Amino acid sequence: MSVLDVKDLTVEFPGRNSVFVAVDDVNLSVEAGKILGVVGESGAGKSTVGNAVIGLLQEPGRIAEGEIYLHGQRIDQLPYKEKRRLRGRKIGMIFQDPLTSLDPLQTVESQLVETIKTHLPLSNSDAQKRAVELIDAVGIPDAGERIKQYPHQFSGGMRQRVVIALALCAEPELVIADEPTTALDVSIQAQILELMKSLCAERNVAMMVITHDMGVIADITDHVAVMYRGELVEYGETSQVLGAPNHPYTQSLISAVPRPDIKVERFPVVNYIEEAGTPQKQIDISTHWLGKARDYDKVTGPLVQIRDLDMRFETRGSVFPSRRKYFQAVKKVSFDIQEGETFGLVGESGSGKSTIARLVTGLYHPTGGSILFGKTELTSLKNRKDVLAMRRQMQMIFQDPYSSLNARMRVRDIIAEPIKFHRLASGNSEVRQIVDDLLDHVGLGVAAGQKYPHEFSGGQRQRISIARALATRPRFLICDEPTSALDVSIQAQILNLLKDLQEELSLTMLFISHDLAVIRQMCNRIGVMRNGELCEVSDCDQLFEAPQHAYTRELLDLMPSMELLSRANLESA
Amino acid sequence: MIGFATRRLLQAVIVMLVVALLAFTMFRFVGDPINQMVGIETSIEEREALRERLGLNDPIAVQFYRFISKAARFDFGTSYQFRQPVSELFAKRIPATLELSLTSALFALIVGIPMGIYAGLNRESPISKLFLSVSLVGISLPTFFIGILLIFLFSVTLQWLPSFGRGETVQIGSWWTTGFLTVSGLKALILPSITLGLYQMTLIMRLIRAEMLEVIRTDYIKFARARGLPDRLVHFRHALKNTLVPVITITGLQLGAIIAFATITETVFQWPGMGLMFLQAVQNVDIPIMSAYLLLTAFLFVAINYIVDMLYFFIDPRLRVGRP
Repeated sequence: MSVLDVKDLTVEFPGRNSVFVAVDDVNLSVEAGKILGVVGESGAGKSTVGNAVIGLLQEPGRIAEGEIYLHGQRIDQLPYKEKRRLRGRKIGMIFQDPLTSLDPLQTVESQLVETIKTHLPLSNSDAQKRAVELIDAVGIPDAGERIKQYPHQFSGGMRQRVVIALALCAEPELVIADEPTTALDVSIQAQILELMKSLCAERNVAMMVITHDMGVIADITDHVAVMYRGELVEYGETSQVLGAPNHPYTQSLISAVPRPDIKVERFPVVNYIEEAGTPQKQIDISTHWLGKARDYDKVTGPLVQIRDLDMRFETRGSVFPSRRKYFQAVKKVSFDIQEGETFGLVGESGSGKSTIARLVTGLYHPTGGSILFGKTELTSLKNRKDVLAMRRQMQMIFQDPYSSLNARMRVRDIIAEPIKFHRLASGNSEVRQIVDDLLDHVGLGVAAGQKYPHEFSGGQRQRISIARALATRPRFLICDEPTSALDVSIQAQILNLLKDLQEELSLTMLFISHDLAVIRQMCNRIGVMRNGELCEVSDCDQLFEAPQHAYTRELLDLMPSMELLSRANLESA
Repeated sequence: MIGFATRRLLQAVIVMLVVALLAFTMFRFVGDPINQMVGIETSIEEREALRERLGLNDPIAVQFYRFISKAARFDFGTSYQFRQPVSELFAKRIPATLELSLTSALFALIVGIPMGIYAGLNRESPISKLFLSVSLVGISLPTFFIGILLIFLFSVTLQWLPSFGRGETVQIGSWWTTGFLTVSGLKALILPSITLGLYQMTLIMRLIRAEMLEVIRTDYIKFARARGLPDRLVHFRHALKNTLVPVITITGLQLGAIIAFATITETVFQWPGMGLMFLQAVQNVDIPIMSAYLLLTAFLFVAINYIVDMLYFFIDPRLRVGRP
């Protein structure tokens, strides 16, 4: 018998004038010891299903129709107090961001003990013993010692283990994990997924994993439910759904997932997806302002040469130099970027890849080494005019589309600002024309110029960022995780756009990402970074087929297996 | 931690020295001190002798050093008005002011915190809205007006509470007098402490409410609910404690403000405290009292701030490690 049964669930959010249906007539069930994946893009209603089951729908959301059964007992109509008793005791929940889901002011032990004592009739010392056992069971070494520590003393992966221990405190029968590994590095993600899988099997817990990541679905789930705009579009065994998807949305979603094993020229553009940048008037780049007068010195040899680059940050200041402490973010890194190629930097968080981007653009000043751009040594530029001239030639696209645009400026002014600042156009009307053309070209349309950034979705904002970066007619573009905050379908569009632009404008790119699959699709050559050091630089295909460095092999092994996806992907691609 | 504590202590000392310099300057340069001490008929020779005896002809640095070393021993000279040592005058007045400000600070905390918690948790309830609109009154009406209003209502019309003074006091030890031990003393405390504490209460309530609203939205509160913890634990152990850091900062500063600036309330209620004495001193250009008052309030602020900084360490474990 199944542990959880959701029947005809409809969840509504009444608004001022209309009712928003977040979940529409969804049927699901999970069995003990099995993992159900609920997959979909942002706004699909997948988290709302999880919240409805545990009884924590955000105000003013309500269950309009349908029934939820736990072990055959109906739970959606229970009074508040009884619902609360189910939480933690029968249904556990794991949240997305381990950095924010623990109370920063309480030790791990006190959070565990209070939860255990809420649900089980144990004495203080028994609860403490149980807490240590749980911490041990989720794979934290020195459980007895570490349990006395505060959350900030744990790393992200370790905190997620604590969160899992908290969810398992009272042996719940069902665990709902909402994006449990989205905030984690690949290697940590693999460990946490492994842990969840084994806990599920050992304790015979039913698990519901809510995620946008097809890799996670392919890796650990037994069944999968695909949601699109509140509706369940496909539901079945994971191998079945991923291997031979029936619904066009599932097909398009799967085909949009970047493949680490095969390089494709372009991502298949799927029309089932929202806000596909509607084809606007395209400009002929070769005759346009953007394309002409690219008055750069011709370079022989690589465009960018980085030699023995070093960067350290002071972590403890002191009057005495011997007492100062440093964090070495980048250690003796050297590589070249040829004109017109895309060079990829891949690595986990803290590996120093973003620091390199900031060093190249001059946001940080290196503690050692040299950066040669064309014939100019960037680290010794003093003259403001020379610095500006260099800055014009290189532009950056940032990771977070929400915080990288000034919320108080119209999109038109955001894009016009660099043109005016560098005095690249002769008059206001010309600037205006250029901005309009840029907006058209990145697929937003001229009308977008009048609006403010908050009126756009993440993908559209990233298009604005790209237009802004192009406005100085750069020859070198630095993309720092440009798509990691976006859904896969949107990611595919943005990556396609970047590829097109690179071809049209013969841009040179430094592309930074933690996602090997994206890197493979975008880059000609790739550098692998770890702890500030460059482990390996090689051609894209060679890196994936014959990795040289042990760490590269490790990273490749950790990638969620895509075998299940292959058939479907090849067919649609 | 120890490094932080000593560094802050050093900063506190520097602040006190700067204030002392100001107090000293006021003493020495606001008018000629000799003129204010002696009568009109004193001869120039006698004045010069007095000047020499008081050390007013010494170099400034020497005088300043003498001023500080005396101040450190609570010797602030003699009041021009009363012909008594300033420290004795203050000793007589301090208990009245401290009792009044502590009572009003307690009132502000005891009433303000629960109101803030309630308004933060039950955002839409009519009672929260009532709290908010009433608290607007507390913020926008000037203190003296509230005081006069309360006197008119409770002393003049209803005749329940006294309108001025401390009531009967009891002597404790050599110099502390308290109004806490007699009925009339307690009755006399009610109106002035409400007048003085109303503004702080409003501030604390609004601050706690805003912080609560913020904290309630965080992931760890959601996670605490998802673990099935009872509301009592979620609200008080997890939410309230996380709102405390900004609240302590403001409360600390406000306590300093209450003690130092009780002047207006003390005047309205003829409360025999330091504030009243200070006002009289200003009217009579009694510089020793003014400079001692300046030093005393500065010391209170610096001391309270120092305690607040140290409190952070006990509340927030993240500050205990890794920060310089």
